[in-house]
Order: sequence, then C-alpha cells, then structure tokens
Amino acid sequence: MVKLKSRHLLGLQGMNREEINLILDSTDTFLEILQRPIKRVPTLRGVTIVNLFYEPSTRTRISFELAEKRLSAETVNFSADASSVKKGETLKDTVRNLEAMKIDMVVIRHRYSGAPHFLTSFLDAAVINAGDGAHEHPTQALLDMYTLRKKYGKISGLKVVIVGDILHSRVARSNIWGLKTMGAKVAVCGPTTLLPYEIEKMGVEVYSNLNESLRGTDVVMALRIQLERQQSCYLPTLREYSQRFGITKERLPLLNENFTIMHPGPMNRGVEISPEVADGPYSVILDQVTNGVAVRMAILYLLSGGEGKVE
Amino acid sequence: MTPTRTQKSTFIIAGGRVIDPASGLNKVADIYVQGGKIFKIETQKLISKKKVSSSNEEIIPAWDNIVTPGLIDMHVHLREPGREDEETIVSGSEAGVAGGFTSICCMPNTQPPLDNQEAIKFVYERAKFAPGKVFCVGSVTKGQKGEELTEIGELVDAGAVAITDDGKPVSNSEVMRRALEYTKMFDIPVIDHCEDLSLSKDGIMHESFTSTVIGLKGIPALAEEIMVARNIKLAAYTGGRVHIAHLSTAGSVELVREAKKKKIKVTCEVTPHHFTLNEELIASYDTNLKMNPPLRSKKDILAIKAGLKDGTIDCIATDHAPHSIEEKDVEFELAPFGIIGLETALGLVVTELIEPGILSWSDAVAKMTVNPARILKLNLGQIKIGFPADLTIIDPKQSWTVDVSAFKSKSKNSPFGGRKLKGKVQYTIVNGKVVYSG
Amino acid sequence: MVRQAHHKMKTTTKKIKATQILDEKSFQRALKRIAHEIVERNKGTSDLVIIGIKNRGAILAERLARTLNEIGEAKIPVGEMDINLYRDDLQVKLEQPVVQKTEIHFDVKDKIVILVDDVLFTGRTIRAALDEIIDFGRPKAIQLAVLIDRGHRELPIRADYVGKNVPTSLDEEILVKTKESDGEDGVYLMKKLKK
Repeated sequence: MVKLKSRHLLGLQGMNREEINLILDSTDTFLEILQRPIKRVPTLRGVTIVNLFYEPSTRTRISFELAEKRLSAETVNFSADASSVKKGETLKDTVRNLEAMKIDMVVIRHRYSGAPHFLTSFLDAAVINAGDGAHEHPTQALLDMYTLRKKYGKISGLKVVIVGDILHSRVARSNIWGLKTMGAKVAVCGPTTLLPYEIEKMGVEVYSNLNESLRGTDVVMALRIQLERQQSCYLPTLREYSQRFGITKERLPLLNENFTIMHPGPMNRGVEISPEVADGPYSVILDQVTNGVAVRMAILYLLSGGEGKVE
Repeated sequence: MTPTRTQKSTFIIAGGRVIDPASGLNKVADIYVQGGKIFKIETQKLISKKKVSSSNEEIIPAWDNIVTPGLIDMHVHLREPGREDEETIVSGSEAGVAGGFTSICCMPNTQPPLDNQEAIKFVYERAKFAPGKVFCVGSVTKGQKGEELTEIGELVDAGAVAITDDGKPVSNSEVMRRALEYTKMFDIPVIDHCEDLSLSKDGIMHESFTSTVIGLKGIPALAEEIMVARNIKLAAYTGGRVHIAHLSTAGSVELVREAKKKKIKVTCEVTPHHFTLNEELIASYDTNLKMNPPLRSKKDILAIKAGLKDGTIDCIATDHAPHSIEEKDVEFELAPFGIIGLETALGLVVTELIEPGILSWSDAVAKMTVNPARILKLNLGQIKIGFPADLTIIDPKQSWTVDVSAFKSKSKNSPFGGRKLKGKVQYTIVNGKVVYSG
Repeated sequence: MVRQAHHKMKTTTKKIKATQILDEKSFQRALKRIAHEIVERNKGTSDLVIIGIKNRGAILAERLARTLNEIGEAKIPVGEMDINLYRDDLQVKLEQPVVQKTEIHFDVKDKIVILVDDVLFTGRTIRAALDEIIDFGRPKAIQLAVLIDRGHRELPIRADYVGKNVPTSLDEEILVKTKESDGEDGVYLMKKLKK
C-alpha cells in the first residue's frame, strides 16, 4: 500500500511521485465532501491541532482552519501578535507549553526557514509546514498541482513557468520540487537579482526575458512581488518590474492553447499580474483557493494516523 | 611511573618521538626538565622502558607517543568578563590544556570589550588561576565600534600580543590603515575578521546551491575575499603586519598566496571546522553548524588543504566560541554564530590532515606551535634548552569518540559530538608541571 | 487473494481452508429474494434509493437496483459510499486507509434508503455508514440489506434483509466474490488451518 514516508510534512523535496499521487488522489475525496450539505466528516474527532502562525497570513491560516474543522478536529490558533512571543519567549518554550496541553498536530507558518524542522527535533506531534522563510510551502504547491491535474488530467509533460521573485519564494521552491517529480518541465523567470544562486541545479530552465519564457508554455505561475525588494536594491522600481515581468493580456498569445494562469495570492493587481488576466477565464486563482481546503484535509487525514499501539 | 601530585621539579619525558619544527628535530629522544625549563634533550643514551621501575628519576612515559612543543591557539573567545556562564578565563584554559594547548590567546570581544589597559590587566590577573598560559589580544578600536583607535601602546604595555576587533571586521579602511601604521611601533599584528558587512548583510550561511534550496540567506565568499584583498593592499602600503583570522575560502587562500610571493607582511590561520565540515551539512538546520565565517564548499576545503600544505596558511586556530545551550537551541536564523573547538582541534588535525597525508606531523605541529608564536612574538613553541617546559604528549594512534558532555569547556556547542577521531592528548605540561593527563 | 473491504483482515500466507457457502445460483437467488422482500415491505419502489458501501457493497447495490428496476416501475437512484472517514478506529491505526470518493448524486431527504453491504459482522461499518448518510440529509428511513450475516455484533445493529445467516467463529473469515470484481459470484468461509 502506498503511504507517506514521513510523519511530518516539511517540504516536497525528496517526496516521491507515489506519495504526491496519494495526496492528490485523496484530495478528490475531500473535495466531494466540500460539495455536501453538511461539509463535515467526523474523521479527526478528538484530534487537537494547533495552528502556529508566526507570520501574518489570511489565506493559508483560514484554509487550514477550515480543513481542520471540516474534519472535526479541535483547533487552537496561536498567532505571533497575540502571544507571548513579544515578551521574549522562545519558539521552543512556546511549543513545549502548547504540547503540555496535549496536542496531536502542529501547523506552523514561520518567517525563518527551518523552523518546522526545528520543531520536529523536540516535538512528538506531527508537524505540517505552512510556509517557512524562503524554504518551502508544500501545501501551496500540492494545491497548485492538484488544480493543474484536475484541469489537464495529468501533470507530466506540462510546461510550467514560475515568474517573479524566485529568490525569496518558498512557493517557487516547493513547486519546482513537486512539479519536477511529477514530470512537468519547469522554468523560472525573474530579474537576475531575484534568481537564487545556482537555481538551475534544481533542474529548471532559467529566464530573465519574460516573453522568451512564455513561448510554448502551458502554465504561468505569477509570484507576489514585495515592495521591500525595492528598498534593498533588488529592483529599481516596481514600475520597471511590472513593465518587464508583469503578466499582461498582450503576452498571452505567446502561450500554448488551453493555458492556465495561477497565482498563490495575495495578488498585487497591476504589478505582477494585470487585472484582466487575473480575472480571465484561463485563471484558476479561485479554484486554487477551493482546492486548498481539500488538499489540506487530505494531508491532515494522511498524517493523523494513530500510534498503532492498539490491535 | 605516572606523575602524582607530589611531582618533582625534575623529571624526564622518556621515549617519545620529539617533534620540534623550529629545529627540525624529529626523532626519539628523552627530554630532561628541571625548574620548569627544558635543560637537556638526549637523543643518544635513551632510557629503556624496562629499566623504568629501577630508575630513581621521575619519568613521564612517552614511549610510542609524540612529544611536541606545547600547542598554541591564537584565536579563542573566553567570554570573561560578561558571559561567565558560557566560559571563563580559567574554564577556557582548562579546556585548552585538555586539548593539548599550553597557551591560548583570548579575543577582546567580551562585555565590555578589552579596549583599555585595565581590562587587559584584569585578564592577566585572572589568568594566574588558569592551568595554562593565557595571552590577551586587545581591541583595535574603542568599544570595538570601528571608529577611534584604542590606546594601543598602553595595551601592549599591559601585555596585549596583538590587536583585533574580531567578531567584527575593521570596516573603515582609513581606521585599518592607521592601525597598521601605528602598530609598526610595537611590531604586533593587526588581526582582522574579514567580512564586508554590506555583502554579508543578514546572511547566515555560505551562499551556495544549499542556501538556495533550504532558503537561508547566503554570505558570498567574496564578502571575505574583498576584505582580505583590502587588508593585503593596506599591509603592502603601510608596511604593517596583518593577520587574517579564520580564513575560509579558496579565493582568500589565493590572495594570501600571491601576497606572500610579493613579501607582503600577511599571515593567516584556518580553523579545524573549516577544513573538516562543508556547508551542505546545513540542510539539517543544525545550529552547531552556524559560524562566521560560515562553513564553505567542498572546493574551498580542498583549496584550504592545499594552502596548508604549501605553507600559505601559517596557523591552525580554533576560533573557540562558547555559547550556552539556550542560545543555540533556537531557530537557525536566531542562533548566534560560533562553535567551541579547543578539545577537538588536535584530533581533527590528526584525522583530517595528518592521517590522509596532507600535512606531515612536523608541518602540522608548526602551525599549532612555532608559527603562531612567531606571529605573536612569543618566546614559546619550541623544544629548546632554556625554554619553558611547555610540552604536549600525544598518542597518535589512539582512537576516541568525541563526548560533548565530557568537555571541560563550560559550553557544549560543538558539531563534533559522536565523531570518531584519532590522536589524543596524554599529557599537557606547562612550565614543567603536568596540568592535564588523559 | 483474500480481500475484504471493511473488516480488519490480514492477508496471510498461512494455509487456509475455503468452504463454499453460496455458489453462483444461490448467490443470485439470495439477491433476488432480497429485492422481492424490499418491494413487499415498502409496498413498491417509489421513494426508494440504494446506497452501497464500497467496495463489494457498492457492487451488490448495483445488482439489487437492476433487479428492483425490473420489478418496479421507476428507476431507483443508486449511490456508493466510502465510510473510512467515519470509522471509529482511525486514531488507533498506524496507517490511514486510502480513502475513495463517496458518490451520492441524489437527495436522500424523505427517502427510504436501502443500505447495502456484503457482510454484516461487528456492526461498526454500518454505524459509520448511518452517520455518513445522515450528513447528506434526513431520510424517512434507512433499511439494511446484507448478503451474509456472520454474527459477532458489537453494536445494537441488525439487518432488515439477509441473504444468508452464517454462524462463524472469530478466526474464520467470509470472502464474498462478485463477477464484477472477481469474475465469479460466490461466498466462501475461510478457515485458517492450525499448524
């Protein structure tokens, strides 16, 4: 029987095709539940999940919370602002305290890469990475892949280009690992200052000319560009960025027929993506959100296995 | 007969292979110690192992062992004053002698920093209680702010053997120029931690494919190399002596090599972790792999080994940097830089450099004894009649496993726990007194 | 291969003695009889919907619907469900079972639901299925049809329609084969042979 190798979900690096397929196949089931009159199953009754958000996030936090509630788990939310973090309590102490309250799973979003790994070094509970620094955001990539698989029937053979601030993007990294594993051809495109060192070693084509990268591509994944990048010399201005790397209607004819536009959100309309592209019929941005809940339900379910002591 | 507490002031270290790089001596010899000094090196009439029990002399057995000048570590952080919970002058020296170091040189980035005569005197006062010798390195600038020079003459008078703002670079080139010029009056080196802070900003590991994959901000090799190049230029221009602390990249090795060809007064050191561990290991986010300069690539390690072999790199120094468990047991990003190294340095040198044939015993010992002594103008690091009997006796064949909990250091932040090493200290002798026996 | 969807049953290489309980004819006859009982009890087939529990129960549900459609007037809606998400032993199992889709594309509100499974054993699967059905709406009634009732109930659940009652011991297993999944219709009693 196929199963996940790790009891945590820290990233897609190293996850194999069977594991990803197991998650995506299970997602079908959970998506069906979301269509029911009562969008809730009793599966995780008695399971307590803490959502630890050390970084502001609306979409991912709500998506996880909804996924947990629809599986009947008990959820506790902990966000950095409302906590003792500011009083100087360390992550380890905070989590130890929470663990003493008998928790089964931890969903963590953290601004520092490796924070979820750090938790696994002392925590018994299963840890799910909801985005750590510039490292990985596995659930986002899984929902992106699910969305693509649903539309095209398969991921293998698709040509995907990820456009924008690759350097700081955990979404890009997780998608590169996942999509490559599933047999897609992946390219990245962004200003040379925002392409990380030796990114080509991840097995992607690298572009700094958007039109070139779009030619013959099926899927465009536009990443959010942060205003701060301007202050730290990565970009002269957002205006110049938008001119060169913005996904606009004029560029769409370069893409293959039946192309798809994706964005992990939140979008800067008119910067990395023009409003008419974001809202166009080829955009699956809202499907991504719906599928996000189902993918997270699948992950929570698959990682919630008991200790196997009974029986 | 093993030495006891009632150790006589006269004794013989018998049967060891004596390696003294300064004189080129490398043969089995008996060393006679009297009044804390070396008074005879006997290479002909050796004491037989069988006759030891009948001998009237006190004998320290060194058969099958190697006897070297007492090891000198010219780069350690002792945290006193300020963070005595992490290390004190005494505990640091205890860790030193356990690792075979008879002399260690403490960096001035304490809290407050060692930037005045009183502070230097304080260190020497405390060092009287230490089992080994402790030498003090003073600050280049007041408060280590990189702005105004300290009273360097006063520091030297109090016993400072060099100056540095280590932990930080001397970023301002004008300040560095003046420091190099001013120190010429005292013939002491300016030790610089080479890091262009604008290039390394927020960086926490070597910039590489690994840093790309695991999403940690990189410190490019050139953040170090630019400063190494600047320091070489300044040394050439001023005629002052610059010593590059903990050099870590292939580019730095090449810069120093070229400068030495031009007879520029530049010397440098490398740490055991920089020739042992590479940056790819950080994929585990182990905070004991976080140090500054960061662990570098496999290619850099090869270049460092080549630099050690051809003499470009003068010294091996630990950059022993104690940090409490609480400080290190955090997210990688938040952990302080640095690891301890005094008690693993010798084993790493033997295992990583001598055993694979990169360095001879004599060359390796030179980089841990006479070379740092010459850079710091210390009358130490040699086995020579009349010299203080600072000696290290090493079993070169003994394998051992690093047990962090057994460290004498007050801190345990080492990435080498559980590692198998070869080469272990048997005795550490300071001024003719056995201060450590393994 | 010994496979059964809803009861814990380990595939084993130990020697097993298989005894046929229902052959093809009696298998099909049992289903037909159940269909007639359903019509009789509900006075026709209006308001009926059928839901089978995956995997074998869903196949039997399809069969039953076909027969009922031949007898009755209207076409009866058929759905299938995977009850894994409603199991009560998820937290004690080491690995989570692979979940399949539940497909009920009709309203169960005010309907008479005929719930179909191959074997009735502890009753825990049926409990899970009842909960799942009720999450889809409030049926007028739920009736349970099983091909085999092997006893050993752990919950107060009984079947309304039974193909055959087969008293078993706990170390025995019931294997139901269908043409759709195994190429033959038949029921076997599997007994592990002692060494």
